[in-house]
Amino acid sequence: MTPLELFERLEASALGTAIRDSAWLFPAIEAVHLLGLALLGGAVLVVDLRLLGVGLAQRPVAYVARQLTPWLAFAITVMVATGIPLFLSEAVKCFHSEAFRLKMVALALALAFTFGVRNRVAKGQPLPARWNRFVAICSLALWLTVASAGRWIGFS
Amino acid sequence: MSLLSLCEWLARSEWSVALHESLYVYPLVETTHVLSLLLFVGTVVFVDLRLLGWVLRDVPVSEVTARLLPFTVAGFAISVISGALLFYAIPVRTYQSLFFRIKVLMLLAAGVNALLFQRATRRGALAWDRDPTPPRRARVAGAVSLVAWATVIVMGRMIAYNWFDCDRQPQPAFVNWAAGCIPQ
Repeated sequence: MTPLELFERLEASALGTAIRDSAWLFPAIEAVHLLGLALLGGAVLVVDLRLLGVGLAQRPVAYVARQLTPWLAFAITVMVATGIPLFLSEAVKCFHSEAFRLKMVALALALAFTFGVRNRVAKGQPLPARWNRFVAICSLALWLTVASAGRWIGFS
Repeated sequence: MSLLSLCEWLARSEWSVALHESLYVYPLVETTHVLSLLLFVGTVVFVDLRLLGWVLRDVPVSEVTARLLPFTVAGFAISVISGALLFYAIPVRTYQSLFFRIKVLMLLAAGVNALLFQRATRRGALAWDRDPTPPRRARVAGAVSLVAWATVIVMGRMIAYNWFDCDRQPQPAFVNWAAGCIPQ
């Protein structure tokens, strides 16, 4: 099976078809996807701002990261749970979309960086401020790419 | 001059047409509008969650608001500027959009809620500042804020859908009244 055939089969799935056939399902799921984005944005930002030395700067980085991680995980769960049905409803369009491809690559990098690097840095031994700033800027750049490329899928 | 004729006048302006028809500027402004939400609603959500006592419970409420609200305000400014440009690009249809009208009402509701809360806390000097779970009134203010901003986001997204547009008739009389449609 070629990748395109796989995407065609995904689009023909029962869930994808149900969403395409409904006038309101896509907008409703998309709205929840957007609410998840706002929460995700906050959960990423509050920690990254702290790493930049602003925001909750009077608190230890590790404390802020521990407090925000469950909310980040919840936001990512909402995004994925709504993003998959949205994708299924227009999988072939996504297959041909540069924005979708960019988003998926950026998302994989953002997830790996956030949980593999950033959270370890934040919760581990305190690092020099310039390292914290570097990690925060990488995290913000990755997540902003995910969000803007995601919006751009709709324009293609 | 009615608001509708003001919108019609805006729609005729050269820049409005150019923005609406531009291949890249309009999507860029829209993307900025969506991204500003991360900064603006993203930070206000965590202030509200602190008011509910669900996060950062060891941090005084006054510290959370003092530290996070400046970013909320910066995000809000970007939202308002990019949102005004989006309105300017498509003034008449947006003005007569049921979703846009509900969004504006919810924006006002969120604003009034924030003002009332600010006035109440200024007087009380926050006796409960360090309480992990703030008193009921503060929790209600946080919950109202969360619901209001969530509705603003959902309604904002729905503006893109033309289900209740004035040029799609027949509509229920209530929809035409609420959207300000003028019968042909």
